[in-house]
Amino acid sequence: MKKLFPVVMLLAMLAACGNEKPKDQNSSNGSDEYEVAETPKKVDEGKGIGEIKEVTLNTPLEQDRIGRGLAIYEMKCAACHKLDDQRVVGPGWKGVTQRRKPEWIMNMITNVDVMLDQDAEAQKLLELCLTRMPNQNVSVGDSRDILEFMRQNDGEK
Amino acid sequence: MKTLNKFVWGMAGILAAFTIYSCKPSGPSEAITGDAASKAYVAPGKYDEFYNIVSGGFNGQIGVYGIPSGRLFKIIPVFATFPENGYGYSEESKPMLNTANGFVPWDDLHHISLSTTNGEHDGRWAFANGNNTPRVARIDLKTFKTVEILELPNSGGNHSSPYITENTEYVVASTRFSVPIGDNTDVPISSFKKNFKGTVSFIKVDTSGHMNIAFQLVTPGVSFDLARAGKGPSHGWFFFSTYNTEQAYTLLEVNASQKDKDFIMAVNWKKAEEYLKQGKGKTVKSKYAHNVLNESTHMSSSEILEEVMQLDPAELKDIVYFIPCPKSPHGCDVDPSGEYIVGSGKLAALIPVFSFSKLQKAIADKSFEGDFAGIPVVKYESALYGEVQKPGLGPLHTEFDANGNAYTSMFVSSEIVKWNVKELKVLDRAPTYYSIGHLCVPGGPTKKPHGKYVIAYNKITKDRYLPTGPELTQSAQLYDISGEKMKLILDFPTTGEPHYAEAIPAELLMPKSQKIYRLEDNKHPYAALGEGKTKVERKGNEVHVYMTAIRSHLTPDNIEGIKQGDDVYFHVTNLEQDWDVPHGFAIKGANNAEILIMPGETQTLKWKADRVGVFPFYCTDFCSALHQEMQGYARVSAPNNNVEIKYSTGKIEDQITGAGQ
Repeated sequence: MKKLFPVVMLLAMLAACGNEKPKDQNSSNGSDEYEVAETPKKVDEGKGIGEIKEVTLNTPLEQDRIGRGLAIYEMKCAACHKLDDQRVVGPGWKGVTQRRKPEWIMNMITNVDVMLDQDAEAQKLLELCLTRMPNQNVSVGDSRDILEFMRQNDGEK
Repeated sequence: MKTLNKFVWGMAGILAAFTIYSCKPSGPSEAITGDAASKAYVAPGKYDEFYNIVSGGFNGQIGVYGIPSGRLFKIIPVFATFPENGYGYSEESKPMLNTANGFVPWDDLHHISLSTTNGEHDGRWAFANGNNTPRVARIDLKTFKTVEILELPNSGGNHSSPYITENTEYVVASTRFSVPIGDNTDVPISSFKKNFKGTVSFIKVDTSGHMNIAFQLVTPGVSFDLARAGKGPSHGWFFFSTYNTEQAYTLLEVNASQKDKDFIMAVNWKKAEEYLKQGKGKTVKSKYAHNVLNESTHMSSSEILEEVMQLDPAELKDIVYFIPCPKSPHGCDVDPSGEYIVGSGKLAALIPVFSFSKLQKAIADKSFEGDFAGIPVVKYESALYGEVQKPGLGPLHTEFDANGNAYTSMFVSSEIVKWNVKELKVLDRAPTYYSIGHLCVPGGPTKKPHGKYVIAYNKITKDRYLPTGPELTQSAQLYDISGEKMKLILDFPTTGEPHYAEAIPAELLMPKSQKIYRLEDNKHPYAALGEGKTKVERKGNEVHVYMTAIRSHLTPDNIEGIKQGDDVYFHVTNLEQDWDVPHGFAIKGANNAEILIMPGETQTLKWKADRVGVFPFYCTDFCSALHQEMQGYARVSAPNNNVEIKYSTGKIEDQITGAGQ
């Protein structure tokens, strides 16, 4: 783990440079109103960074969510994530709900660019896979459905 | 250059010999002022204030630039195929360029109209005209894509187009060349007066943007040049400049320049609508194409229509009136109030300004000097508000600011002349480098001009840029008009030859700019919505590959079982759902070039498998660190070699037991 730290720091610094906004406010012609506010750094409790703060999981699994989650998986995720533990482009999904908090998973899906720039765990995965996980334009509701499908894939009932 | 009568050069020489203009430009050095650079400077990472939607002339495209920086953002292919994104090459886009004459890969695009509501920019669509094979196109300003093209029957060349009414009820398209129309078109050219007719098409635009020809006015054989709709009090009327009212059919530079005055044609289109409702129109057989892009299937289709409705204004009174206008008028521009109509006689030494209210009174009083082929000609003085004296040489086009001023381009004397509409007084002149054609004030043709700048679009740039052989860049020049005097602040090169352009505030387009095509909404019949949906299917001698692309692999990337002579269709769905992540697709030897696929989109490349072998394909748009690995192979076998259809990605086979061995 210690060995990774300098690399992670380097990645974080590179990401920070990429995010830097132009400081020059002198131009009278350019308009400023379209700039996106910088996402503030969040304290990480293993929940990742993004709008998902708290997820309630129910048992038994919500079957309608699983069906929807599977359909989204097939359309938007399956090209890179297998359902076993085999890494292709991204990691296989087997065991992901045991490795990660549900909030982390949903933030990773819905806020991937910020996660890859700021979340240490996400950055470790980037270092491993070397392909940035794309933003697949998944809504928060859809990411919850995917999570339910992942739970089923991990053997929950 | 191309649209202008060479005669103006002759006139220039003659007039220059007799007239001395004190403000005539003497050289480039005098025009620039000290703070120019800071006014056009948009710092890295900052946005421009305006989008400038600029016609590309003979390249058949539209260029999208930022103002004030002059930076080029995008080229939108409209009437020309475009190697950059496969427009006119992909199976989905080919029908857009279909016409009654078949596939036309290149046309001449002159003018832009941005849609308006209540006479003000609404940011929905841009319209553009195809000059040579007469067509009107609609571009969606959410996607900056050509979404519809309508051909115009009975037209010899669609120059006087695509001007729009106040609420985008109609787009007009009127013929530059009168031609024989109807059943008998095999007539002697010398029978022009008898057999040649002009047409003015009124294209109805519905709320979703779809276009259809509501009616065509059949007019005497003249040339229509440009047009503008009335607005405010003159809403319901349309004004067209005409030339060649001499009805010449040879050596027009001399023979169409005989009369002191040609006409501005005033059309009461609300009256025409009434006649149409009363069933006074005549249905005429004519073939023309109507091409539409379906944004949910990502496919365009082309339909050949067979009929068009025509109205004859010589029979149906009170639709059309002619107003004499000196001399071969080019621009015909209506000021923001809707009261003043400016005719720019390109061979005239003055600019006449007509009054809409005087025109109405003249019509009511029947103040006519006669008729032209059965259509009343209003007395010049009865419609005239006044004349701008000695404005410059070769007035072409006029745009307006919000303060009652007009800006007229002077082709021959290479300058922009600012004048006050009500006072008819010249206020300022600014040289252009060189030979200005059109010009643009942001919002200039609307009821509420945004002002701030005037942009000149020049025909000649000799000595302004580093030379690039015989063909030099075309250019635009940006002037600050916020003060009393116009100040040149920037030169910037343009693609193609810019004719008309409009500029619209960034905030009207930017927030609704589309980022991706949602996979959930993709209804393309050959889409593979997810890697599990990929497949290869044979239908006779067609092979359909349902392929997906995502960073950084294509699925399937090993394809076998294609036979020599097959037509292979690669239907590539880009599974990305992030902004600005297109993938490309190319396969060796494709006669039909390449395609580019936007996130969530499906596009198809047809490939003739005309020889045996293994052919690489790959992604042509740098997409990720492993872009170079985004590739695959297609195997083509001899017809007698019995290889089954087979496809995969990521499957490693035993080298010896490979298929077909």
